[in-house]
Formats: sequence, C-alpha cells, structure tokens
Amino acid sequence: MTAIDTLIAGPWGATFAIAAMTVATFLCRIAGMVVMSRVRITPRVERGLRALPGSIILATILPVVLDNGVPAILALSATILAMVLTRLELVGLAAGLGTLSIIRLFGW
Amino acid sequence: MPNLRPHFTLAGLSHGARAALPAFPGFIMFSMAFGTAASQKGLSLAEAFGLSAFVYAGASQMVGLEIWQKVWSPTTILTIMTVTAVVNARMILLGATLHPWLKDEPKLRTALNLFLITDSGWLINTRYYSEGGRDVGILLGSGLALWAVWLIATFAGFFAGALVPEPTRFGLDLVMPIFFGAMLVPLWKGPKPALPWLVAGAVSLAFHTLVPGYLFILAGAVAGVIAGMLIE
Repeated sequence: MTAIDTLIAGPWGATFAIAAMTVATFLCRIAGMVVMSRVRITPRVERGLRALPGSIILATILPVVLDNGVPAILALSATILAMVLTRLELVGLAAGLGTLSIIRLFGW
Repeated sequence: MPNLRPHFTLAGLSHGARAALPAFPGFIMFSMAFGTAASQKGLSLAEAFGLSAFVYAGASQMVGLEIWQKVWSPTTILTIMTVTAVVNARMILLGATLHPWLKDEPKLRTALNLFLITDSGWLINTRYYSEGGRDVGILLGSGLALWAVWLIATFAGFFAGALVPEPTRFGLDLVMPIFFGAMLVPLWKGPKPALPWLVAGAVSLAFHTLVPGYLFILAGAVAGVIAGMLIE
C-alpha cells in the first residue's frame, strides 16, 4: 500500500469522500457558467435552455407522481388549479398537501 | 419600471430569503430524511453535516449513502466522485441559464451563488428573472436561506428522525413534487413552448422504468433541452 492508500483507509477517509463529492458537485455547478462565457450563444441554444425549467420539473415529478397513483395525481391537480387561480406558491402547496391528507384520511 | 440591468442590493438578500419560503417544506422533508438515513447508516454527525454543508445536493447525498464505506480506498473514492458527478450533471444546465444574469458580477460572489444552486432555488429565481427581476441579491438571499434550512433540517433529522410521526399522513412524502408542480404554472406560455416538457417527461418515465437510480432526471432534462433546440 502506498502512503495515499494508507491515508485514505484511515480515519481521514470520510473527509476525502466528502471532499471528492464536493469537488464533483461544484464543478457541475460552475461548468455551465464557464462554458457559456466561452461559446457564442446561438438562438438555438437559447431556445433549448428556455425549455429547461419546465423540462426539469416534468422529468423530476412525472415518475414520482405516477408511482404514487391516483391520490398523487389528484393532489397535483389541486395544486395546479390553486396556482392558476392565485399564482401564490404557498397556496398551491397547501392545496396539494391538503388534498393528499384528506384522501389518505379516508384510507386510500 | 423594473431595473432590467443586473445589479446587486443588500435589501435583495432579505427579499430573496422570503421568496424562498415556498421551497422550505420540501427542503425540510428531504434534508431530514437524509439526516435520518445517514444516522441509520452509521455516519457520524460530522459526516452527515459535512455532506449537507459542502456537497449540498440532496439526490447525490442519498446516492452517496448507498455506496458509503466504513474503510475507503482510492477506487471507492473515485466511484463516489463519479456517481456524484453523474447525478448532479443537470446543474451544468442550471448554471448555463444563469450566465446572462451573472456574467458581469464579481467572480467570488458568482462562485458563491453557483455553490448555492439547487433545483428549487433555481426555479424560484427563474420565475423572478422571467418577470423582469435582475437583483442578484435575491438570488444570493434565497440561496443562503435554503442552505441554512437544509443544514438545520439535517441536524434535526439526524437526532429526531425516528420521532417524527408518519409523514405520509400529511402528504409530506410528496411535498417536493407538489412544490415543483406549483412552479410549473407560472412557466406556462401556451402549448407550443410546452412541447419539450412533454418530451422531457416521456424520456424521464422511460429511464425511470429501465434504469435504477436518479438518472431519469438528467435524461429527461437533456431530452427537453434538445427538443427545445429542434422545435422552431
């Protein structure tokens, strides 16, 4: 075993792991900014990035909501309805969580 | 008339912290769940806290726990680093969209803002920016507030996770997707700009069925961006 192996296998191992994960994540966080400051932004790239917020949302929630079935779909519908009416995120959140707890109260 | 040039105000910090409020419930639930899982897995408080403070990216922290080691080797360190990079690769895209807003900012403050990037915080600030807001103080204030909430909740979850009654009874297990769904409404600009979202959702579903882990988020996001580039 080399000195590095011994050090990593010792009590400092977890610190190395956290540092490695921190570096990997921070590189992801700054990479987009660094790339964009070096490339010319074409209308095409701009269109792609404009689609990102909605795409991230659907990519994140669609599998989770479908896995949780009808109660989750109803809760999400209540959230969206409340948001369309009020445009206040906290109201939308309360509508969704409220709907879900009522449905579960009746043992669905 | 809003000030459409990027600028920074100290007042923005507290406004930003308040703007982040709707993301608090999701952050508290996710971070408490992480703290509880970390303590069950045998991590020390310092390790759980270190992960939340410095890695500060929920999905990768959870995946990290699954491959956490009692004794580390260069190979396992490299593995956890690679897995973390893959799970968090979507942040490259999030950071790219912040470029027009942050390009003339001081480098150090931008580094801090980018360190504080999260999906939820970014969604809140995307909405603020699309409505004409340009105060970088809002971005920083919301980022700092969410980071603080994340840390406190990890701490609480580490010690008290087992004491919390069934979170499913109040629908709290689904608080994150419900928050994300709420954020979708202000983004709606008609059916055509939403076509890439459908592509993102379909690809994400397919990945979720076929590939274990959190890869479906990255796959869906990338598919949505590509669809956005292709649709005139």
